[in-house]
Amino acid sequence: MKELNVLEMRGISKGFPGVQALSNVTLKVKPGTVHALMGENGAGKSTLMKCLFGIYKPDEGEIYIDGNKMAINSSKDALNSGVSMIHQELHPVPHRNVMENIWLGRFPESGFGPFKFINHKRMYEDTLKLFRDLEIDIDPYARTGSLSVSKIQSLEIAKAVSFHSKVIVMDEPTSSLTGNEVEQLFSIINRLRKRGVSIIYISHKMEEILRISDEVTIMRDGQYVGTWESNDLTTDLIITRMVGRDLKERFPERTNVPGSTLLKVEKLTSSNPKSFQNVSFELKRGEILGLGGLVGAQRTELIEALFGLRSVASGSLSIDGKPVRIKSPADAKKHKIALLTEERRVTGIFPVLSVYENTIIANLGRYENKLGLINESKGKADAALNVEKFRTKTPSVNQQIRYLSGGNQQKVLLARWLLTDPDILLLDEPTRGIDVGAKYEIYSIIIDLAKQGKSIIMISSEMPELLGMSDRIMVMSEGRLSGIVDGKQATEQEIMRLAAQQRSSATAGGQANEHAITV
Amino acid sequence: MNTQLLFKMKDYLMQRAIFVVLIVLIIGIAFTDPNFLQFSTFINILQQSSTRLIIALGAAFILITGGTDLSSGRVVGLTAVISASMLQIDTYANRFFPDLPHLWVGIPVIVGILVGLLVGLVNGLIVAKLHVPPFIATLGTMVGIYGLNSLYFDMDPNNSQPIGGLRPDFMKWGSGYFDFGGGYTLPYIVIIALVVAVICWVVFNKTRLGKNMYAIGGNVQAAHVSGINVARNLILIYAISGGLYGLAGVLEAARTGGATNNYGNMYELDAIAACVVGGVSTAGGVGTVPGVAAGVLIFGVINYGLTFVGVSPYYQLIIKGLIIVAAVAFDIRKYMAKK
Repeated sequence: MKELNVLEMRGISKGFPGVQALSNVTLKVKPGTVHALMGENGAGKSTLMKCLFGIYKPDEGEIYIDGNKMAINSSKDALNSGVSMIHQELHPVPHRNVMENIWLGRFPESGFGPFKFINHKRMYEDTLKLFRDLEIDIDPYARTGSLSVSKIQSLEIAKAVSFHSKVIVMDEPTSSLTGNEVEQLFSIINRLRKRGVSIIYISHKMEEILRISDEVTIMRDGQYVGTWESNDLTTDLIITRMVGRDLKERFPERTNVPGSTLLKVEKLTSSNPKSFQNVSFELKRGEILGLGGLVGAQRTELIEALFGLRSVASGSLSIDGKPVRIKSPADAKKHKIALLTEERRVTGIFPVLSVYENTIIANLGRYENKLGLINESKGKADAALNVEKFRTKTPSVNQQIRYLSGGNQQKVLLARWLLTDPDILLLDEPTRGIDVGAKYEIYSIIIDLAKQGKSIIMISSEMPELLGMSDRIMVMSEGRLSGIVDGKQATEQEIMRLAAQQRSSATAGGQANEHAITV
Repeated sequence: MNTQLLFKMKDYLMQRAIFVVLIVLIIGIAFTDPNFLQFSTFINILQQSSTRLIIALGAAFILITGGTDLSSGRVVGLTAVISASMLQIDTYANRFFPDLPHLWVGIPVIVGILVGLLVGLVNGLIVAKLHVPPFIATLGTMVGIYGLNSLYFDMDPNNSQPIGGLRPDFMKWGSGYFDFGGGYTLPYIVIIALVVAVICWVVFNKTRLGKNMYAIGGNVQAAHVSGINVARNLILIYAISGGLYGLAGVLEAARTGGATNNYGNMYELDAIAACVVGGVSTAGGVGTVPGVAAGVLIFGVINYGLTFVGVSPYYQLIIKGLIIVAAVAFDIRKYMAKK
């Protein structure tokens, strides 16, 4: 029966100093199927895929392709064996055109003797044929940098097909796609499936997985849990198997009590005409105000404007009844506003600095003595206190933050902003890329802060999170506020309806996928 | 367990590889010629390394912010010429300013530092306000400053003659020393460099400016979001570096007893090399004062030690080149994902 599998990874183990990332993991993929690979962050999915793609060398275990044992020591070996990978973050050569990106390193050549020239005509025709087969609509001469993320992804898939890949790994392929684009991706995947190509599909989005995949392999803590037919699975079953315990309560009980109005935003309009327009709302003391909407709703732009990172054309802000102007993050700090950005790695952490330095950096004035010197022991004590309070997993406060997991980095960033003693916390997707257990801890911290009287605006693209955490939910669509609903009474349908407002009904159905339930 | 311990030891040595190299180098030279191990040898190396250390510390400020500074050598030349031109013996025949009254020695020293500071300020403004990449910005000032210096140096009645006849009360800043008898001496210039290094260590580690510097180099966007005024900090840091180059130029004139417009030529590359060998990351965010000092000393030991045992200067250049590349290749390994 082994011959049935296009890919078999048997007994794969891989250890790093101090961690066993994979132990005895199995993955069997049948030809012409979509095989979902699931697990919490840190379960070992990416390590396993890196072993398959020759980026890591497994300590133990064997890889079989079409029943033949393969030694894969580099990405080139992987490509030659028929394995391609579409990474979550795509890195094409932006200044070259589409066809050059596809045939990079293997341009078709023509000529005589030692004189070889690149045959652009053949390259164009090959590209066109490739795109036609997959029903991809991109001009092979287009400059790659000018394409949308979704088009670049299609380009990468076409490239994988051009290598005659039997197995294509897709790592979170829908993470930055809109609803329509997800539909397009799925139809490309279906065409690939018909051609006998197998897809290993890594995603956290349950609804997507159940819709597109034939089989699901689940991993937990570097170990193989099992493989099931998608038809036999439900969201709850998957969660239970991923977490290894029943998650009865995904959200802690909300014990905060919203009080009087603290922040009042009136007719705030961005300097960028494509961004938010005429947004007015109020935020109460001790309130968690959820901010929902689809990709492109300008939610991040709005709260970054509140923090002084983006410029505002008109409108006003008042805190505690007093009008305020916030033109820079320094102004925002002065008015006791804190921001946890969405892109933790890009705008949050200082990777090469220690947990201690990452904790105190926004609040150095607090540790300066009369001579202008930083009181290190006080800073380290505060950092250690926060590590303990949030149960941040780190060997010491002197550890460089880049070695911590996403959830633990997020706790350090929360600590950074809490040290500034803010009244208003702006949280942009605070649990993105964080595993289920750590999410619960972050939720508890947020609720606890609201209970202490701090006001919180939380952007979330996860419907259950919005409904489970918010006192009120504010929904934006295409830069406008489309409604504010009560968190206790709101339903997913109501929020979706508000989020899709002003869009044609044809796209609204597709957009709903973006709010597919995720863990 | 054993592998864990081995891993820790390897890690410990890797973090301090630069000091290991320095010690190995000294031992190697000492084996070739035991006379190398004398007190005077070390004092000579320290004396020659003093101005180099001050320049390298200035460069380290910039490198840690993620920038680079090519102007340091030419700033050294400029402030050497300016300070020397104001501190010639009153009766010297070829005075730069024949009618200049006898100035208090501190005035030209301060003028030199201020000129350096000003150039640094300009660098900082170009980088922080005009958003010109530091490599280009300082390449521009490097070229421009040399032109400015050459114009000054070519003024009547000097007409590009080397400036000599410096006053002894100035020269002793560079070549004077405390004598403890029995051949034990301590040059003033070494003390000055040491004080500068200690102040830099305090600024790097104990002040808000220092923390901001590491943060800007570590992730400039996160620094901005954290409420750090990136532009103001960068301008201040470039100005401080410029001040350090200015001081180094003045001391270089005092140490050598003269100045020409070609003083400091290529010092910027030596400074960057010393920083890089001492573990300062050109990607920013990483670097220590002891590391920079060790980097400067390695080159000091090579210069003095290899000449001492009779190695041709051409071979010395090859060895230096190898050390620069090897040090960075080794350093990069620390940051590479382990396969």
